[in-house]
Parts: sequence; structure tokens; C-alpha cells
Amino acid sequence: MQVYDAPLRDMRFVLNELHADDGFGDIPALSEFTPDLTDAILEEAARFCRDVLLPINRSGDEEGCHLENGVVRTPAGFAQAYKQFAEGGWTALASDPEWGGQGLPEAVNKLVEEMICSSNLSFGLYPGLTHGATTAIEGHGSDALKQAYLPKMVSGQWSGTMCLTEPHCGTDLGLLRSRAVPQGDGSYKVTGSKIFISAGEHDLTENIIHLVLARLPDAPKGVKGISLFLVPKYLPKEDGTPGQSNGVACAAIEHKMGLKASATCQMNFDDSTGWLVGEPGKGMAAMFTMMNTERVSVGIQGLGVGEAAYQAAAWYAKDRIQGRALSGPKYPEQAADPIIVHPDVRRMLMTMRAYNEGCRALSAWVSRALDAEKHSPEPEVRQRASDFIALMTPVVKALFTDLAFDSANLAVQCYGGHGYIRESGVEQYARDARITMIYEGTNGVQALDLVGRKLGAHMGRYLRSFFHPVSAFIEENNVDGPMKPMVEALAKAFGALQLSTATVAQRALKDPEEAGAASADYLRLMGLVAMGYCFAKATKIAGLQLFFGSEDKRFYDAKIKTATFFFERILPQATASFLAIKAGKKSLMALEDDVF
Amino acid sequence: MKVLVPVKRVIDYNVKPRVKADGTGVDLANVKMSMNPFDEIAVEEAIRLKEKGVATEIVVVSIGVAKAQETLRTALAMGADRAILVQTDDEVEPLAVAKILKTIATEEAPGLVILGKQAIDDDANQTGQMLAALLGWGQGTFASKVEVSGETVAVTREVDGGLETVSLKLPAIVTTDLRLNEPRYASLPNIMKAKSKPLATKTPADLGVEIASRLKTLKVTEPPKRSAGIKVADVDELVARLKEMAI
Ligand SMILES: Cc1cc2nc3c(=O)[nH]c(=O)nc-3n(C[C@H](O)[C@H](O)[C@H](O)COP(=O)(O)OP(=O)(O)OC[C@H]3O[C@@H](n4cnc5c(N)ncnc54)[C@H](O)[C@@H]3O)c2cc1C
Ligand SMILES: Cc1cc2nc3c(=O)[nH]c(=O)nc-3n(C[C@H](O)[C@H](O)[C@H](O)COP(=O)(O)OP(=O)(O)OC[C@H]3O[C@@H](n4cnc5c(N)ncnc54)[C@H](O)[C@@H]3O)c2cc1C
Repeated sequence: MQVYDAPLRDMRFVLNELHADDGFGDIPALSEFTPDLTDAILEEAARFCRDVLLPINRSGDEEGCHLENGVVRTPAGFAQAYKQFAEGGWTALASDPEWGGQGLPEAVNKLVEEMICSSNLSFGLYPGLTHGATTAIEGHGSDALKQAYLPKMVSGQWSGTMCLTEPHCGTDLGLLRSRAVPQGDGSYKVTGSKIFISAGEHDLTENIIHLVLARLPDAPKGVKGISLFLVPKYLPKEDGTPGQSNGVACAAIEHKMGLKASATCQMNFDDSTGWLVGEPGKGMAAMFTMMNTERVSVGIQGLGVGEAAYQAAAWYAKDRIQGRALSGPKYPEQAADPIIVHPDVRRMLMTMRAYNEGCRALSAWVSRALDAEKHSPEPEVRQRASDFIALMTPVVKALFTDLAFDSANLAVQCYGGHGYIRESGVEQYARDARITMIYEGTNGVQALDLVGRKLGAHMGRYLRSFFHPVSAFIEENNVDGPMKPMVEALAKAFGALQLSTATVAQRALKDPEEAGAASADYLRLMGLVAMGYCFAKATKIAGLQLFFGSEDKRFYDAKIKTATFFFERILPQATASFLAIKAGKKSLMALEDDVF
Repeated sequence: MKVLVPVKRVIDYNVKPRVKADGTGVDLANVKMSMNPFDEIAVEEAIRLKEKGVATEIVVVSIGVAKAQETLRTALAMGADRAILVQTDDEVEPLAVAKILKTIATEEAPGLVILGKQAIDDDANQTGQMLAALLGWGQGTFASKVEVSGETVAVTREVDGGLETVSLKLPAIVTTDLRLNEPRYASLPNIMKAKSKPLATKTPADLGVEIASRLKTLKVTEPPKRSAGIKVADVDELVARLKEMAI
């Protein structure tokens, strides 16, 4: 059963307690966001998600979207929920106040995003893409475009999309064919076919603003020839309201494995009027402004689904009675024990829980860096934050979504045969989570980005933004005491990561395929170390809280127990990743193509 | 016209309460607390009156621990204008609450006091009635509809036999029932604004009210577990059983 309630206590922990000493905090521009205010925001968001978005999650999955005469209808309840969402000001959460946004810290915004994705991933895509589109327009658009489009997009009155993918090009955008012809008045006529466009057409907003990658007539081949254009579904009239339609049509919607309430559209642009966003030929750079925030957000999407799956499984494990505990009946008054008594069910629940708490802790750290990069008064801090984000973006995207699918899969397993049946609500999580590993750059491409672009950048400067705090923590805490086993385990995994870094860097110099062969395992190894670091810090804080007699004994005690499980039963995977990296590409590439 | 709305901080309606091991009360340590749902309805009704141009200012009051400030901020985020916290760590019984509210009502001179018909923690269903008696104002309890026109308010009440409408001279006391309205979600901008709305803190002593308990709680226990039902073969057996049980 889908039973989600936002994990507010853990959210407050990662927001206010865990990263207080990371050197990114204390930002004057954000000082008004005190814990009592952010608490109030998180609580209301949690209520909205539970009472408005969750109830239409499964029904939206069953019903899906409809395309009739070129018009897409979202499932029952979506338009009403979207209206409430926009009226409540939630679309404007993280946007700049200059455009009517609320200017909330990313650290809070990402927690709200997690709740939305836990309650209803499909729903979350509509405002999520709009927010991404506004960042690209804000970063690269002309003042006229900003004035005309941002206020309406920030308020949620209009929505946005990103149109990259074409039938023959997904990962390799250099192949793209859509074209744009200048009209001499500053506008362009955009023509082309795009596929898989999320929220390309729907009935939630009165206008849809597409950001389209296309080529100018004289553009060179490859990615350098790509520019970004803003193409509205309806051209705004003089007074700013939607006017004449602009040759943008939805030809079909996809029938998908999951994410069914999000319309994935095949879009045709036929001499549609558009305007350049950023400079000619710099479309990929402009799009990457959007992609980078979106990639972190897709990681959060994964975490959201992982959390929902965990909660559904934990609820069921206490409800379903089956078999007796191996040590003898624990609930003798019942015909059987609830399955939560079984070690194997525990293994599944603890794994999900540790994944979610580890990812949430890491995303809170990255979110603080996002805030520091934007608002810190000190250039050195802004630089360090930006390095850290560059390094961690592919890790957050790929690690979180990989683990989310694992969690959803485990949740199905906890439900036994019922998990395989639609009514249970958990198989939806597995189907929904699956896409997060693919879009916004497949996880394979994320791993290549980490190894190929991020490791060596600026002589390893990005890496230092992560390695320094980890090694400082190990040094400071590697003393006799209750933390010792954890710190030693962290040190061992960190050592494996350092060694792997050197190995990969060395081999890749001679043979780039070595980098590709190591990439996925390397990303996982870095993710495990990052989560381990967060769990070790959390344990230290929780230990002190318990020592000083905190009232919240239940929470801190559970935190330490979950962390201990992570160190004993999950972190050992670091060794497996290390060995796989060490083995290199040989066995991977040995088989001839035609033998497959 | 000013509207006064008392709000109570209670254990969240989604939480399953646990009785303390020593039987002295309900365990509230680290339990999620929220605004009493009937009070939410009262706040919503006041906001609707303001939106209609009937009310000009909404003042919310809470009596309880310092943390009740959060509950007041929730009401401010929904749309109330200012808040008063009467702070005390002691248990305050309905009569004492009514006395405190009387003092505040006398000071603030509202046209309407809208309260929840009861709080979901102690289910007393007394405060509104006592307040009406202390002030000598008319009362419309269990309201499912509230209409102010000129100097009177028409209150449709949910009574056992159906609906009853009473007309009260203002100022008056209204207590809310579930079907009066559906409270709104606080919007994000309003949550932010709530932070800077005025919140005054007083103590019962400041108001000259003695709050000492008149009741003594002897013991708090969990309700007995429901025992399994029985199956009857036919109508005759059913009737026989019912007779046996003297129903
Ligand atoms: C539900 C859904 C929503 C979507 N929403 C949008 C949207 O809103 N806007 C939009 O523009 N697109 C969207 N997409 C498209 C999505 O971003 C692409 O599907 C994705 O980028 C992968 O491209 P592809 O499908 O062409 O796969 P391919 O590029 O064909 O990849 C196939 C496989 O090959 C691997 N691969 C490819 N190239 C390399 C390489 N160089 N090195 C290593 N491995 C490689 C990939 O990792 C993958 O495993 C959406 C897709 C779906 C399914
Ligand atoms: C598509 C489909 C086809 C099917 N076909 C048939 C069929 O033809 N004939 C038929 O008779 N049945 C059939 N089944 C039923 C199927 O065999 C059961 O669903 C399966 O045995 C699991 O039982 P359960 O669903 O009651 O899960 P549960 O027994 O409730 O298990 C729930 C979870 O608890 C765990 N668990 C339970 N007990 C213990 C324990 N003692 N120790 C450790 N872990 C435990 C399980 O591993 C699982 O993770 C089918 C089911 C499906 C979904």
C-alpha cells in the first residue's frame, strides 16, 4: 500500500545538524531562513504531498495520459492538484524573487522535491521541468525574453520543457537535425521532430514554453553547431496573454513502462517562431545550465521513490503475518509472526533504509554547496562549492537512481506475490524508478562524465573539494572509542578510492577505453565513500546527543543503528568495486562483436 | 469586526497515541503535534469572513506551552493577522481556558469568537459554552453554516434530529463542526509572511486568572482491545442472542 509520510525528522537532521561544519554554511543572504521557518515550510509541504499528491499517484498510473485530436489530457485530479500547487506558491519555491519566486535555499527546496517525488513522481515532472527551463532562460536569455516569460513560468501559469532528443539521437546530440532559420527581425523559424519530450503537451497550463535545440543554416556539424531556442506553444500577444498558435503539435504520446501520468510527447515544430537563448552555437552550454540542476533533481527523484518504497515495505512487514521467527514465536497471540521478524526481511528493510538515509545526507551536503556557490560572500567558498557540485552531480544522479531502483525492487520482494500485483501499489515504484536511471543522461554517461571530465579537471581540484574533508575527518576521529570501527572502515574504503583514482588516471592516459571500463564501478565506489562519510558524521553527532541526554533518543539511536548496518553490510561493496576497477578493461572487451 | 479564534496544540490526528507506562497520561515525548482540526476549521471560517469583507482582523489565541507558538504561526500562515500566546506549562482545564478567553475577549472586544466544538485530545466539548456563559453572550454551537448580516449572525447547527438555525445578536460565540468548511493549505508566501506577524506572549497571571486544576486524573489506560465478534446462523439465533444480551 502507498502510505507515504514525509520523513521530517531526518530531513531536519540533514538540514540543520549534519553539515553545520562543512564550511558552506552561514550565508548572510539566507539568514532569514531560520529553522522555525524552514520547519513550517517542510510541514506544510509534507501535508500537501500526503493529502493532495499521494492520493492521485496510483490512479494516475492506472489511467495514464490521453491524446485526443492533438490535445493531451492528464489523468483525473491532476489539473486540480496542479492548480492548488501553483496557487500555494510551490512552483515558485526556489526561483529568484526578481521574477516572483520565493528564493528559498536549495537545501530546503531539494527536501521539498524529495517529498513531491515520493508522493507522485509523474506529477513532479511538470513543475520540475518548468523550473529547469526558467534557470536556462535566466542564465542565458535576453532581458526581453526574461520579462516576457519568467514571471508567468515562475508563478506556474505557464510551464516549460526541454526538447533535445530526436529519433536518431539521444545521448549523441551532435547528430541532431532540427533547424532554425533567422527571419531578420531577431526571431527564427524552427522546424524539426523531437521525441520523448516530457510535458510537451498537457492540460495543466494555458501556455507551454519549449526550449529547443536546433541548428542554424551555416552551423558546423557536431555539438558545436547547436543553438538553443525558446519556442512557445502560443505566441504571447501585446498584453502578454497567449495568442496565436505557433505551429507546435503533439503527434503522439508514448506508452511507457512507468511514469504514466507524465505525458511523454512526440513534438513537431513546423516553422514555429522562436528566439535564440544565449549565443549561436552555444546551445549545449546553455542547455547544460539546465541539465546540471536537473541532474541533481533526477537524483532526488530517485531518492523520493526509494523512500516511498521503503515506507510501503516497512508498513507491510509489520502488517503481514507469515511464518514464525527462527528463535521461536515473537507474537504468540497471533496465528503467525509479522514478517518483520525474519532476518531476510530485515536485510531488505535495512538496506532500503540505509540507502535512503545515506542519499538524503549526501544530497543535503550537495544542496548546501548549491546555496554557497550562489550566495556565499567569499570567492574561495564559492569556488570550492562549485568544484564540489561539479564532482558530485554525476554521483548524485547515477548513484541515487541506481539505489532507488534497488529499493523499489526490494519493496516488491517484501510484499511477496502481492508485490507483483498492481493493487499493492509497490510494483509502480519499480516501474517509475526505472526511468530515472535513463533520462537526463543515462547513468553510464554520468559515470563517463565523472571519470572522463571531472577527475582530471584543473589538476584534480574538483576531487580535492571532496577528498580533503574526508581525510580530515578520518584523521580527527581515528582514535580509540566507540567510533573506531566505523572510522577504520571508512579509511579503508577511502584508501581504495584514492588508489583507484590513481590507477584510472594512469591507465586512461594510455588508453581511454580503460576509463570507460572503470567508470561505473568508480562512480559506485565514490558514492559508497561519500555515504560512509555522511553516516560516520551522523553517528558522531548522534552519539553526542545521546551522551548529553537528548530528548530525541529514538531518532539518534536509530541513526546509529542504521549507520552501523551501512558500515557492516553495505560499505564492504567498496572492496568489490575496487577489485573490478583494478581488473581493468581486458575481460570486458575480449569478446569479438560478432560473437554476441 | 474583529474575530477571535482560540487554537489548541494537540497530538496530530494521524498519530496513534500511547499511554505512558506509569498511567499518568498520554506520552507526548517527540510525538507530532498539530493544530486541533476543529480549530483549523474555525480559523478557516474567520478567514472566509475576512475575505467576504465581514471581518476586518483575525486574532488567534493559544493557551499552553511555549511550543504552541508553532500552532499560532500555522494559523498566521493560513491568514490570521496576529497572535497571542498565554504561556503555561500546567494543564489547563476548560473552565480556566474559558476564564482566560473571557479576559482576552473583554480586552479585544471581538464581534465573534469562533472556537472548535472540542479538542481531539480530551474531547471535553465545554470551552465554548462556558465562555458564552461567562461573557453572557449568545452561543451557536456545532455550526455547519455561519452567516453574518448586520448586527446578527445566523448559525446553522448540527443537532441530533437534523439541522437547526439560530439567530444570535453580536457579539456571539460560535463553535465549529466538521462540515462547516474545508480548511485551506497555507501558501508558501503566507508561511513566509507569518514569521513577521505580531505574536504577543502573556501568562495567566498577567491576565489575573487562576488556573489551578479542579479535577484530579487518577489513571489513564488504553481502551480495551476489541474482542472478536460472533457469527450467527440465522435471524432467529440473532434475535435470541440480542434478547440474551438484553438489547
Ligand atoms: C520517459 C522519458 C522522458 C524523457 N524526457 C525527455 C525530455 O523531456 N526531453 C528530452 O530531450 N529527452 C527526454 N527523454 C529522452 C532521454 O533523455 C533519452 O532517452 C536518453 O538521453 C537516452 O538516449 P537514447 O534513448 O537515444 O539512448 P541511446 O543514446 O541510444 O543509448 C542506449 C544505450 O547506449 C549507451 N550509450 C550511448 N552512447 C554512449 C557512449 N558514448 N558511451 C557509453 N555508453 C553510451 C547508453 O548509456 C544507453 O545505455 C526522455 C525519455 C524517456 C523515456
Ligand atoms: C503471478 C503469480 C502467479 C502465481 N501462481 C501460483 C500458482 O500457480 N499456484 C499457487 O499456489 N500459487 C501461485 N502464486 C503464489 C506465489 O507462490 C506466492 O505469492 C509466493 O509463494 C509468496 O507468498 P506470498 O505472496 O504469500 O508472500 P509472503 O509469504 O507473505 O512473503 C512476503 C515476504 O516475506 C518473506 N517471508 C515470508 N515468510 C518468511 C520466512 N519464514 N522467513 C523469511 N522470509 C519470509 C518472503 O520471502 C517475502 O519477501 C502466484 C503468485 C503470482 C504473483
